[in-house]
Amino acid sequence: MILKNAWRNIWRNKRRTLITASSVFFAVFFALLMRSVQLGTLYKMVDDTVDAYSGAVQVHAKGYWDEKTVNNSFLRDALMESKIFELVNVRAVVPRFESFALASSGPKTKGVMVIGIDPDVENAFSGIAKRVRLGDYLTDNEQAVLLGADLADYLGLQINDTVVLLGQGYQGVSAAGKYQIKGLVKFPNPKINKAMLFIPIGQAQMLYGAENRLTSLNIGLHNNLLSIHLSNKIKQNTNLEMYEIMPWEEMMVEFVQMIKTKNVSSTFMLALLYIIVGFGVLGTIIMMVSERMREFGILVAMGMKKRLLALIVIMETVLIGFLGLIAGAISSLPIIWYYAHNPIRIEGEMGQMYEEFGVEPVIKFMMEPTVFFNQTYVVLLIVLVSVIYPIAKIASINPVKAMRMN
Amino acid sequence: MEVIAINNVYKTYVESEIEVKAVRGVSLRFQQGEFAAIVGPSGSGKTTLLNLLGGLDTPTAGEITIGGTHIHQLKPSKLIDFRRDNIGFVFQSYNLIPVLTAKENIEFIMQLQKRAKKERDQRSLELLEAVGLADRVNARPAKLSGGQQQRVAVARALASKPKFILADEPTANLDSVSTEKLLDIMEKLNREENITFIFSTHDTRVMKKARRVITLEDGLVLSDVIK
Repeated sequence: MILKNAWRNIWRNKRRTLITASSVFFAVFFALLMRSVQLGTLYKMVDDTVDAYSGAVQVHAKGYWDEKTVNNSFLRDALMESKIFELVNVRAVVPRFESFALASSGPKTKGVMVIGIDPDVENAFSGIAKRVRLGDYLTDNEQAVLLGADLADYLGLQINDTVVLLGQGYQGVSAAGKYQIKGLVKFPNPKINKAMLFIPIGQAQMLYGAENRLTSLNIGLHNNLLSIHLSNKIKQNTNLEMYEIMPWEEMMVEFVQMIKTKNVSSTFMLALLYIIVGFGVLGTIIMMVSERMREFGILVAMGMKKRLLALIVIMETVLIGFLGLIAGAISSLPIIWYYAHNPIRIEGEMGQMYEEFGVEPVIKFMMEPTVFFNQTYVVLLIVLVSVIYPIAKIASINPVKAMRMN
Repeated sequence: MEVIAINNVYKTYVESEIEVKAVRGVSLRFQQGEFAAIVGPSGSGKTTLLNLLGGLDTPTAGEITIGGTHIHQLKPSKLIDFRRDNIGFVFQSYNLIPVLTAKENIEFIMQLQKRAKKERDQRSLELLEAVGLADRVNARPAKLSGGQQQRVAVARALASKPKFILADEPTANLDSVSTEKLLDIMEKLNREENITFIFSTHDTRVMKKARRVITLEDGLVLSDVIK
């Protein structure tokens, strides 16, 4: 009875219902596009950053994050790696041995980051082989390195030249070695190009006197948004006295802060949009209630409980709200779907700026159910706030006075 | 059998800061099956008395009992239930629910009473037949004439099987043919089903049909004539 009456009531004044539903429709339509593009672009940045290098979760020896030295490395544990790999959503478990060294060639020397990698596993994770601009990618445990292209320029080195590395190894041993340059790599991020050197992990361990030790296990996920959940899972099965497990959110604090700041500003804009729509809906309801006070009085006089009457009015508001919501969601869906699968490429200076930050210059839409559900909650909230007025009017209705109204 | 007892009822209200004594010490008794008209000039207190009888308004003093229940001592929610189950209302301007058909309007009150669908269907069709509108079952109020709407309103008032029906100027907006037809229907229902009807009216045709005429003036009962 409630639904039937409510449905018929909203069509008493078709034009008013359509205008109100339209205002909800436009709000939902634009809010969905806006939110989808904001989140899509942000999480594309997350994916680019996390998948290109850091991994969504990292395992270190306890204390490594605060003091990144080879002394805070840990013994490689194949069992732990396979256990992590078996967890749901894990797509790669990438071992690394990282430290600093001085790279020299002739009179030139530069401090560099030495990244010891398993060539095959690393390539499967980040596609690093595609970044080789000159020469070839590394294989197995050869005594060779990949140099950042800008670093090679600085040192005046080319393919097949030799670079000398000098540093401090595990527990104070000297680290020194000569390596052939097998390839030059170029990343979008200029910092990597200027200061990074990739070497097979076995060679790195030998250089630093840290046989079978790692500085980090980098875990790649199918969905980077589940990093905290996965890090909690790993923590449950790990000796936390020995290891620290960190999701990317803990490692990239500034990046997370940037996402939060962007979220606040976009939420503010959406709130403004919805407040305007909310007042529109409220205005319609106030008009509808004042037009129908006489009818409400008659219904209460005949024996309709005020509670039931209020429920019908609430249902009418919900129906109008959901008409707009569903229409808005359905209309925006094809656009979101298209741009989620065909991101818009940013050209020119703006695109270059994106690339300098190590991010692919594209605007991508996000097609996650949460984007749609959040709008449902907002429309429900508008409805709930808007129905306070009719509920209050119905609760205080005096049938005799109401029936005198025209 | 006594259905309604009004004992020394007063109703005073304030309108634009002026105290209006709408009903002043009225005492009346109504028996089952009466066909009574409360008449009097505008402002005599007819509608106020009807509102008090229907539990829509509260007396300033005195008491009203319906079937032994002191209606003004009931809690608001119980009073709404009491009205639904014991009193049928017919209003001057019909006041059907515009979005419901004739049959649905009649069924509506039975839905509030949570009666079974089968029973609702049967009774609403019987009542539409009784008021001569069996062929307008699915018509919405906007498609019915004033007289037809008021007949649906009478059927709706009867749907809950009330103890009595209060009709506030039911013929005020009807032409003479519709008035005659409506009065015949109500009189028939009164005679055949022993339903109590109490009208407030200015209409002499209603007064002629009524078997009891109570005249009010300035909130007092001027005369109470049983024909």
